[in-house]
Order: sequence, then structure tokens, then C-alpha cells
Amino acid sequence: MNRPGRDDAPDRLYTITQGRSRSSPDDPFDLVTLVVAESDPVAGMQSEHAAILKLTRFPTSVAEIAAELRLPVGITKVLLSDLSAAGRVSARHPRRPAITDPDILEQVLVGLRNL
Amino acid sequence: MDSATSDARTPLGASADQGFKIVVVGGFGVGKTTLVRSVSEIRPLNTEETMTQAGATVDDIGQVRGKSATTVAFDFGRISLDLRNVLYLFGAPGQERFWFLWDRLFSGTLGAVVLVDTRRIDDSWYAIDRLEQHGTPFIVACNDFGGPVRAGADVREALDLDPQVPLVDCDARSRESAKQVLITLVQHVKNRYAGPLARAGLPRQEFV
Repeated sequence: MNRPGRDDAPDRLYTITQGRSRSSPDDPFDLVTLVVAESDPVAGMQSEHAAILKLTRFPTSVAEIAAELRLPVGITKVLLSDLSAAGRVSARHPRRPAITDPDILEQVLVGLRNL
Repeated sequence: MDSATSDARTPLGASADQGFKIVVVGGFGVGKTTLVRSVSEIRPLNTEETMTQAGATVDDIGQVRGKSATTVAFDFGRISLDLRNVLYLFGAPGQERFWFLWDRLFSGTLGAVVLVDTRRIDDSWYAIDRLEQHGTPFIVACNDFGGPVRAGADVREALDLDPQVPLVDCDARSRESAKQVLITLVQHVKNRYAGPLARAGLPRQEFV
């Protein structure tokens, strides 16, 4: 699909991630993992990395980061893995929640009823 | 990248630490984005994922060139449930190519809402089939387009729906109705995992 301002040509994405389209299988980032910056952007940093650090001053999901950067989710995860390896971002609860746990589901229900 | 980073963002609170996802699946024009917008605390965002047609892992983007890459775009919204828990609601196209991406994007999904236009019921068969195959708990919500109301038993039969699967009517434009759809889903998921003794009574057609 095409949207104004978006250029998802493989060449551009290749440059952003130095050729990687997938993060490692054990990366902690799910679509809804909340990511938090552990440092401020520094001069000379890759612009996508700097943008992520600005976005994640407050907890921000992988999906929101991808949407704001206008990058595919997989590419966004590669960038996040790099930042995580450098200690610049952290993933909150990198393990997936126990979505079969009745207590967790009750918390979700209470939240929805309170909307 | 400043242009891509909207100043209108509403950040989560600093204590948010757990994200959940629910997927709204349905055909084109059935009201997925409308439903997401009705309950979302943010203007729905849009993102996408790309992979090759075969669904194979591609470790080098250079390989994508010349192959038929598939891009699936989806809208999503956000609901802060409390100080820690955040629910993300994804509107996803039900067509075949989307399901190649299911495991990568939507494993660990709390559950799914199949949004149905009762005038085009067969659009939903494929999605229901795939959700059953993936073992993802789901409910069916018929979006009210103002046409003649089709009886619940009729819809259930047309969809060949398991009697355990809740079937509800909704108005995707209504925040309250969309909220009730989500509550019905999460209650269904909870019943399903709570064991046979805790299961709610017979599913029934409800107007929410």
C-alpha cells in the first residue's frame, strides 16, 4: 500500500538495518511489548535510533513505535534489538503475559468495565 | 524523522508495564476501524508488516527484491485499563495473506472478535476457520448496518458456529456497544480457561 511520505522500498529498509529484516528469534519484543528509553539521543546517532529514544521517554509499544516511524514491524524490532543490546532501551516484561491466567483476565475485565 | 513523530501523541503513564492485544478480524468495510476508533483513547494508528508470499523467513531484505513481497497493513487503537495494564486493539484484514503473518504478529493474543456484516456472511468463514485452527478464543459480533435484523440462530447456522462461541449484535460506532463486545470476548476467554465447571451458561444472542 502507498501512503504519502512513506517509502518502504527494500533499498531504504536495507540501509536502515544494514541488511537485516528480522531480529533474532529470542528478541524480547512482541507487538505490544512496552519499551522505555534508558538514555537520551546523542549526536551522530542513526536518526531512527534517536527517534525511538525520543518516543520511548514514556512507555511505548512496539506497534506504536513502528506506526510513528512509518516502518514495518519487523524492521522496527531490528532497531529495538540494537538499542536494547546497547543498553539504550529496555523492554518491560519481556516475557508474554499469562493470558490464560484468570486473575490477569479479571484485571482486563475490570479495566474494560470501568471505561 | 520529526515529521513522522506527531506532536499529538498521548503518551502512556510512566507506570504502564504490560501490554495485551485483541484482534478484530473482518472483511473490507465491515467496520473494524470504526469499532477500534469507538473505544480507543488515541486516534487509531496504522502500521504494516511485510513478508514474502510463501510466508518463509527472509533474513536478508535484499532477497525480497524480485520476489512477491506481501504487505499487510493494520489499524490499531489503545485502551489504558489501569495504571499498569494497556490493551491494544488491532483491526486486521481477514484475507488469506494476512494469516501468514498471524504467528509473527498475533501469537499471544488474548482473543479475537470476528466482525460480521450479516449481508455478507461468507466473508467470515475463512477467518473463523483459521482462528479455530490457531486455537485462538474468539466471539462473533454482527455489526448493525441498519438492514433487516437476521435471527441469531440463522447467523449461527450460516457460520456453522460452535455452540460455545458467543454471538452478539453490535453497533461499531457506539463506544458503549464496542466496549460490551470486548467485555463479552474477555468474559468468554476467562470462562474457557477457568474449566468446564466455571463455564457460563448456554451462549445466547444478545444485543449489546
